[in-house]
Amino acid sequence: MNKTVIRGLGLLLGTGLNAGAAMALEGDVQRGQEASATCVACHTADGSGLNVPGGESWPRLAGLDSGYIVKQLHDFQEGRRENASMKLFANMLDDQQIADVAAYYSQMPVTPAQGGEEAGEALLERGEQLAKRGDWDAYIVSCKSCHGPGSEGVGSDFPGIASQHADYIATQLQAWKNDERSNDPQNLMGAIAKRMSDEDIQAVSAWLARQSVTAE
Amino acid sequence: MKLSKITLAVLGASLAAGLGVTAYAASGENGQGESPYQGLTALGYPAPQEGQLVHVPPTMADLDDADIHPELKKVIRRGYELFTDTQQLRGENVFNDMNCSSCHLGEGRQPFSAPIWPAAVTLPGFRGKNQHVNNLEERIAGCFAYSMNGTPPEYGSDDMVALSAYHQWLATGAPMYPDQPIYGRGFQAPPDPEQEPDYARGEEVYQAQCTICHQDDGAGHYEEGEYVFPALWGDGSNNWGAGIVRTHTAAGFIKNNMPLGQPNSLSDQQAWDVAYYMVSQERPQDPRYTGDLDETLELFGSTFHRHSRYGEVREHDDHRLADHANTGEKDFLKPWNVGVSRFEELSE
Ligand code: HEC
Ligand code: HEC
Ligand code: HEC
Ligand code: HEC
Repeated sequence: MNKTVIRGLGLLLGTGLNAGAAMALEGDVQRGQEASATCVACHTADGSGLNVPGGESWPRLAGLDSGYIVKQLHDFQEGRRENASMKLFANMLDDQQIADVAAYYSQMPVTPAQGGEEAGEALLERGEQLAKRGDWDAYIVSCKSCHGPGSEGVGSDFPGIASQHADYIATQLQAWKNDERSNDPQNLMGAIAKRMSDEDIQAVSAWLARQSVTAE
Repeated sequence: MKLSKITLAVLGASLAAGLGVTAYAASGENGQGESPYQGLTALGYPAPQEGQLVHVPPTMADLDDADIHPELKKVIRRGYELFTDTQQLRGENVFNDMNCSSCHLGEGRQPFSAPIWPAAVTLPGFRGKNQHVNNLEERIAGCFAYSMNGTPPEYGSDDMVALSAYHQWLATGAPMYPDQPIYGRGFQAPPDPEQEPDYARGEEVYQAQCTICHQDDGAGHYEEGEYVFPALWGDGSNNWGAGIVRTHTAAGFIKNNMPLGQPNSLSDQQAWDVAYYMVSQERPQDPRYTGDLDETLELFGSTFHRHSRYGEVREHDDHRLADHANTGEKDFLKPWNVGVSRFEELSE
């Protein structure tokens, strides 16, 4: 039986789930740290980013899968994922540096998230339901079905979303809903986001932000 | 009209239209006064037809609010947990990488994903598969023996009672032995494809649409020992005796449920092709295997394997399917419930 264990192999790009074309390069943590000098202004030195309610939140990068980071940076460069600030900074990196920063951020421990602090009990309960069981009457498949146990991520294709900032999660889901983000494979995320109400988005974002991810 | 059959007339409008609608009274929020399941048509499913029995099973939230004995609630909840996390019985009753909800999506409530409540209102009933009258426990036991490549909990055991209680709770409000066809029952096969299902075309669909989750080798994926994506074939999957190895059942499952979150997105041809590709792969032996493939086919061909590729020779590599004695992870072939005849004294 083949039970691939991906976590902890983050540096070996191209193993297990999704051996995409862009992942041939091996990243170096040391070089990645150097290349990340321009990133800390927003994503901060510990990779935790910042929740900016009503503004542009800076996502936590610490502990994200390296293959996922590589894919996103290429997507920003090539316009498959659109964001003015990130296009600028992604364009400063060559392919090797992309692999390096990905290696660097992926080995950092996951940091706690912000947002959702004022969410009431009913909202959090709804969020937990969506994350763990989904709402099949609206054909919203549970987040964990794809994002894995605890929604902590599966391989390079399904990023960890637990302990990500609430406003960042909400912005991304809204972007999918409004056809402003569509770089997901096979429209897997878009199909789900389009079935979610604004309240669903608020609920699940708040709940996910309040989950802590324990170190491996 | 079969109005006399309806136990819970919640939706006047739908009844007037001739639908036999039943629903658990407390789940009114979801129905919102409209006929149920209207949202499914936007996802490409057929709307309920006149004369069909349409039943909306209660949810776990409804269970919290239900006016039933707290001990019964606990048992139903235990049944729900066993159904959605059957892996907790791994090594005891389950010997593959699946949960019941791996095939019965949406916690066993979802139309076109073989919702499980119909079994509670149509059994005891005759099953062609084992040629005798089965009750609900025996039906559940069948899924353990074949779909879970395992061996069922004893009839009447705590786990068996909990599972049947969950099935029966989902049927709350539905009429017993309905004489109307049930909306959304089973895995309904798409219409026959224009071209014969084809292995190579199926493989292409598989590579493009399925490997991201189920992997190239069909083995699915576990993340740090926890279930994420189930195995479509190989040792971690269902065995050759499971209903889903029949090509039309596999096509029906896939068309109506896969890729996850995008039902009815494949064309009928794609669904048949990828189903054919999947059912042309190896998996653990059918527990009814006698030790001889031809003899087994002789015995179970007419009731079952005429719809599967069991014993057929694969065109591209001349491999004869199921010609092996591999039982997967379990170290026995036949669980206690397989091949037990019933009611022999009643037959002349
Ligand atoms: C001016 C602030 C800013 C700087 C500097 C910045 N980023 Fe970002 N980054 C963002 C924002 C905002 C987003 C979210 C974009 C969106 O909403 O699509 C983001 C998203 C990302 C993502 C996607 C994360 C995810 O979870 O999908 C990655 C990877 C990333 N940045 C890497 C970097 C790297 C590497 C650098 C340095 C080379 C960098 N960023 C510099 C603001 C910044
Ligand atoms: C059918 C599979 C599937 C399901 C179910 C699913 N997702 Fe996703 N999701 C994805 C994929 C694939 C991506 C990665 C997209 C990419 O590569 O750009 C993603 C990405 C995301 C992202 C962006 C992460 C980041 O760092 O930018 C968020 C936020 C997200 N999903 C939230 C959710 C929530 C909340 C749920 C449950 C309500 C959910 N997802 C359910 C497949 C899924
Ligand atoms: C590998 C896929 C698979 C798994 C796993 C599975 N089943 Fe099934 N189940 C089926 C198929 C196929 C059918 C028949 C559907 C049809 O007739 O179209 C079915 C039918 C049923 C029915 C009868 C539904 C009806 O309409 O009468 C019940 C009850 C049931 N399963 C219970 C279970 C239970 C309990 C488990 C876990 C112990 C389980 N199933 C696991 C595939 C599966
Ligand atoms: C986004 C991930 C994803 C994709 C893509 C996907 N599946 Fe699945 N599939 C699942 C999950 C998850 C389940 C089990 C449902 C559950 O546990 O809730 C499943 C269940 C199944 C099952 C029943 C269980 C089993 O192991 O036999 C079959 C058959 C299946 N999928 C076939 C396919 C086919 C064929 C495709 C491509 C057309 C496909 N799937 C695409 C995630 C996926």
